[in-house]
Amino acid sequence: MLELRDIHASYGQVKVLFGVSLSVAPGEILCLMGRNGAGKSTIMKTIMGQVPAAEGSISLDGKNLHTMPPHLIPKEGVGYIPQGRRLFSELTVAENIEIGLMTRNEGADTREWVLELFPRLRERLSQVAGTLSGGEQQMLATARALCLRPKVLLLDEPTEGLQPSMIELVRQVVVKMKSEGYAIILVEQRVDAVLSIADRVTFIENGKDRETVAASELQSDPTKLTKYLGV
Amino acid sequence: MLASLEGAVISAILVLTAMGLSIVFGVMRVVNVAHGEFFMLGAVLAWVVTTTLGGHPVFGFVAALIVVPVLVGCIAAGADRLILKRVNYDPDRTIVATIGMLYIIQQATLMTYGPEARPVEAPFNTRLSLPWFEFGDEGFQMIWPWGLSITSYKLFVIFAAIAVLIALWIVLTRTKIGLIMRATQQDSDTAQAFGVPVGKVYSWVFGLGAGLAALGAVLVVPIQQAHYLMGGDPLLLAFIVVIIGGLGSLPGTVIAALLIGMSDGIISVFFSPTLAKIIATFLVAMVLVFRPQGLLGRAPS
Repeated sequence: MLELRDIHASYGQVKVLFGVSLSVAPGEILCLMGRNGAGKSTIMKTIMGQVPAAEGSISLDGKNLHTMPPHLIPKEGVGYIPQGRRLFSELTVAENIEIGLMTRNEGADTREWVLELFPRLRERLSQVAGTLSGGEQQMLATARALCLRPKVLLLDEPTEGLQPSMIELVRQVVVKMKSEGYAIILVEQRVDAVLSIADRVTFIENGKDRETVAASELQSDPTKLTKYLGV
Repeated sequence: MLASLEGAVISAILVLTAMGLSIVFGVMRVVNVAHGEFFMLGAVLAWVVTTTLGGHPVFGFVAALIVVPVLVGCIAAGADRLILKRVNYDPDRTIVATIGMLYIIQQATLMTYGPEARPVEAPFNTRLSLPWFEFGDEGFQMIWPWGLSITSYKLFVIFAAIAVLIALWIVLTRTKIGLIMRATQQDSDTAQAFGVPVGKVYSWVFGLGAGLAALGAVLVVPIQQAHYLMGGDPLLLAFIVVIIGGLGSLPGTVIAALLIGMSDGIISVFFSPTLAKIIATFLVAMVLVFRPQGLLGRAPS
């Protein structure tokens, strides 16, 4: 479905990705793990076109994404939940959702579906997004991305700074999206959270994908975690 | 009364010009030094349109009011594509780029339009004496008892500016276009990740900002005359207003424009225009010392 082949990318003069290849299928959760600065978030940004790919190709269902203008990539069905949530913090909850709906011209039924998933947001529709609690902000960021009815969902550290009950909620939503057939790429630092939901784990080191293993394999034999993450 | 009405006219023009500057800065983070030249271009083009069309002043003026802001907006949007986009909207380089635009527009106008100041005839210019406001009866052509009067055109300017402001506010807060603009203002990267064509939005916003300045200029030419150097004062005043109001804060811009315009009008009538400018500049200094984020600006967190 979504496939990255030999992606090289840099921020200005500083090269960050040195040939990353990975792929994710519908109904699958692929987790990217690696130390800080390994290039995990950059991979996400390169998929979204925020960081241009200097070499290599990114394709979604056979369609090339890396040659598209960045604002057309989400319209192909790529929902992005950026690190740090990046809500439109001075807009209301309703307006943030509206932006998500506008991306692919989704209508009232999608809005209802998203608000069913996160009933808490319905209570706060007219509240300014920046005044929500951290967990509610994460819900809103997730809701905004789901408003696209995406084929692929990119989650960049969704549990960062959240209390355990919120982490559990995020986990449930991710698992639910997987069962509905979404392809999911997840960047996550917390090993326990990853191993319980991911299908496959790709280790990223120094801007390259080192190894991709099944999550079940890691559970029985955690030596690779020690090798790549030092935990 | 007369002084405050004169002040209101100045405020009306100023609020449109400053609003353009404020929107451009708010959404694009571009300090548009060429803003005053778009104002001048609006005035000069208003003269061109009215003289080429000829006929009744009302006809020419209405045509100018519609055509000129759109035309100036298109020129600005073109300049955005051609110049600002190429320097990646880098804050420092856009300042230098817009200074360049300032001179290009100014000198191009000098070469084509010439150094003369030319008037545009007001579409209607009935003299209204002031007691009319107090008695509320039909007061056209009334003899003005205390040597105080305002023209109907100046009143029209005030109401036109209010109408434009309300329309702008509705567009910004109630429409999808406004929502897209506000989202881009807050986080252009994320807006792009949700399908907002940020480049196009920037061109539209730059065009809108210049169009607002041009609209203010079309309204002012029947009072002030069009001249190729007339862009300097509005630019300075617009900057003063935007700084006092808080960069990027639209309500702050309106309040500051009222404050500066009214004080400029009142002080100019009773004392001297120079003193008015001194006080406005002094106000900026005070605001910068005691409230650097402006009256309604938010402190960076």
